[in-house]
Amino acid sequence: MFEYEALIVGAGGAGLYAALEASKTGKTAVLSKLYPVRSHTGAAQGGIGAALGNLEEDKPIWHAFDTVKGGDYLTDQNAASILAEDAIQAVYELENKGLPFSRTPQGLIDQRRFGGHTRNFGEAPVRRACYAADRTGHMILQTLFQQCIKENVAFFDEYTVLDVLIQGHQCRGLVAGDLATGEIHLFKAKAVLFATGGFGRIFRITSNAYANTGDGQALLAKRGVPLEDMEFYQFHPTGIRGLGILITEAVRGEGGILRNAKGERFMERYAPTLLDLAPRDMISRAIHTEIQELRGVKGDGSVDDYIYLDATHLGKDAIEAKLPDIAEFSRTYLGVDPAEKPMSVHPTAHYAMGGIPTDLDGRVIFDSSGKTYEGLYAAGECACVSVHGANRLGTNSLVELVVFGRRAGQHMAQFVKGADFGTVSADAPEAVRKRLAELRRQEKCPNPESLRREMQHVMMENVGIIRNRENMAKAQKALRELRQVYTQIRANDPSRAFNTQVLEITELGHLLELAYMVVTCALNRQESRGAHAREDFAERDDNNWLKHTLAWFEGENIRIDYRNVDISRWEPKPRKY
Amino acid sequence: MKITLEIQRFNPETDIKPYTQKYAVNAELTDRLLSVLLEIKATQDPTLGIRRSCAHGVCGSDAMVINGKERLACKTLIQDVAREEEATIRVEPLRNLPIQRDLMVDQHKFFENYMCVKPYFISSEEPGKKEFRQSPEERQKFEEGIKCILCISCYSACPVIQEVNPNFIGPAAVVQASRFNDDSRDEGFEERLPQLDHPDGVWPCESRFECTRVCPRGIKITKTINLTKRKIQRQKS
Repeated sequence: MFEYEALIVGAGGAGLYAALEASKTGKTAVLSKLYPVRSHTGAAQGGIGAALGNLEEDKPIWHAFDTVKGGDYLTDQNAASILAEDAIQAVYELENKGLPFSRTPQGLIDQRRFGGHTRNFGEAPVRRACYAADRTGHMILQTLFQQCIKENVAFFDEYTVLDVLIQGHQCRGLVAGDLATGEIHLFKAKAVLFATGGFGRIFRITSNAYANTGDGQALLAKRGVPLEDMEFYQFHPTGIRGLGILITEAVRGEGGILRNAKGERFMERYAPTLLDLAPRDMISRAIHTEIQELRGVKGDGSVDDYIYLDATHLGKDAIEAKLPDIAEFSRTYLGVDPAEKPMSVHPTAHYAMGGIPTDLDGRVIFDSSGKTYEGLYAAGECACVSVHGANRLGTNSLVELVVFGRRAGQHMAQFVKGADFGTVSADAPEAVRKRLAELRRQEKCPNPESLRREMQHVMMENVGIIRNRENMAKAQKALRELRQVYTQIRANDPSRAFNTQVLEITELGHLLELAYMVVTCALNRQESRGAHAREDFAERDDNNWLKHTLAWFEGENIRIDYRNVDISRWEPKPRKY
Repeated sequence: MKITLEIQRFNPETDIKPYTQKYAVNAELTDRLLSVLLEIKATQDPTLGIRRSCAHGVCGSDAMVINGKERLACKTLIQDVAREEEATIRVEPLRNLPIQRDLMVDQHKFFENYMCVKPYFISSEEPGKKEFRQSPEERQKFEEGIKCILCISCYSACPVIQEVNPNFIGPAAVVQASRFNDDSRDEGFEERLPQLDHPDGVWPCESRFECTRVCPRGIKITKTINLTKRKIQRQKS
């Protein structure tokens, strides 16, 4: 048994920032199923938004407003204001910790344009995204890990959390498995923070890593914690054709243009002011429409049709200086030099706006009035503060990691000083041990991989960019059956040491739970808002649906309730760009 | 096309030493080798031990030895390592580290070496409410080092670790140290000096360029090591 005052699950940006803060007062450890620098924060490319105003006038209030409007008014407005205000100090802190931002000729942090980020409440794009070439996430992850080395933060690498111990409304610790030995360990804690990232792997085409399987969300949901706004899932407009690998919005921030088969700059018809820098939900829908109306490159309207992202006019030097990794991805996976030919792209499942509901200090909420657990926190993509509402703006994921990872860590640091460990029975891991022994029983069973593919196919076809009742009901039924089949899955690999199959089956279980929750919440919401676009309810309906969804697993079923949206600063308005 | 993968296998619970297992699979020339390996794991042999995460060359999980050379499996297309008429690909775990299982190696020593060079920003200036100034030219000076994803390819390919000094801290550790030593904002060179100016520090490097040859991020590693050697000599004279 291990005992730490503060436990952090996940070693991406939010987890590491929280660990740095929590370790200032409390004995802290980070558990991650990956080695720390492997986390998916490292794949973020384009930038981190903060109204530094290094190149032109900018204000946090503009950033906050853009975030609210980008989220189609489902964003909690006080949370968006904190996001925008804290972003500035967070970026300076990262820089002061050594982060190698790209620079202006004057030696300041350079900034570039990004989708939905505007001057003076929507007038025109503004240069707000601070960046380190197209490796901003990589540099944030590296910088935070470097600081953790400096501060001697303890790490449990390749430990997978398998259960969370919640007594009443208090969190007492975790049960985790060590990949190297297959042993199951009990971790006692005063406070636990989940920073386990997203779950893009419920979809067939995604920018997400294999590791993005929503472990934290699923584990907590199983223990009776609600999940918020799970119907809102973002498709990034530009993933590499067929693979879904992310091509950053910064390509368009630097001047890149989306074109259909005829070479038309089709965004002129969908977002006349912001054009290719409109928010992601709108651009993904526009691409979907172009393809449906047979203006894709193949022109057959098929699911694997695509359009062009044209950066040829930016020039080789600018591309190599500002978008070097993008150039390399394009050469490697498309066989195309973006300075010479346009890149073939289509939308790719990218980001969960919803997740574990938290307050402004990362404390997990358990009911619609906003009451919180003691000693249970969440931050980053797995959490829902909610700053992204129905659609996240580009760069705001990195902003959220550092702003709310930091706030949650600071709150934990205070909390653990006055808290005690409570009592945890030493046989708390028994249920997990039994489940894994059952999983390892050698018997004939369905192939977990077919199950995974079926789930990813069903979600992609029926719960993607454009939705309707009929398709979603079909998907819900299919997922119900897949969850049944899942109970018969066994691992063929009987080994204890480095049994990656057991890990993958566990992850698949998490994905199935979350996919089921996404489709159930999406069926329930009878309107179109942000990334949730329904053919059968095409309009936003503020009278009935300006509210957050909270959803609980109750046995095999899902119970739904709602939470108010904070609209204390700006009156919801129709969203035009 | 049909291809054959010869994969080095080892399970510590059942095997005394590594052996080779062959798998026949269908693949396209433009498929990622990682996808093919995962296809084998999914449909033929779930016991295959492999690390992977981002699958597009930024997380550094899936470095391995492919046809004798260190590469990231996700950044290697079948056409890079096989032809229609020569469709056998040999896949082995990284070298210079103990094998844990199949293509997974024990990375502890690599990370210990990395951490010993104090690979973090050191400055006497108090963090404040503004950024430290740095010109684009100063920023460009350490552009090479920041690309490193700690994938271990260079450490695996290093002939000095293989043949001369197994305790050499290795190429990546020096690159990571230089990333800070060459940063105009950093003041930690002297603190890093004892680990770098050490018989197991930069000096074992014999400029054999294997690290540079295999680096999937295209970092000029050997050059970086030589510049670090020169910087140390200048400091001492």
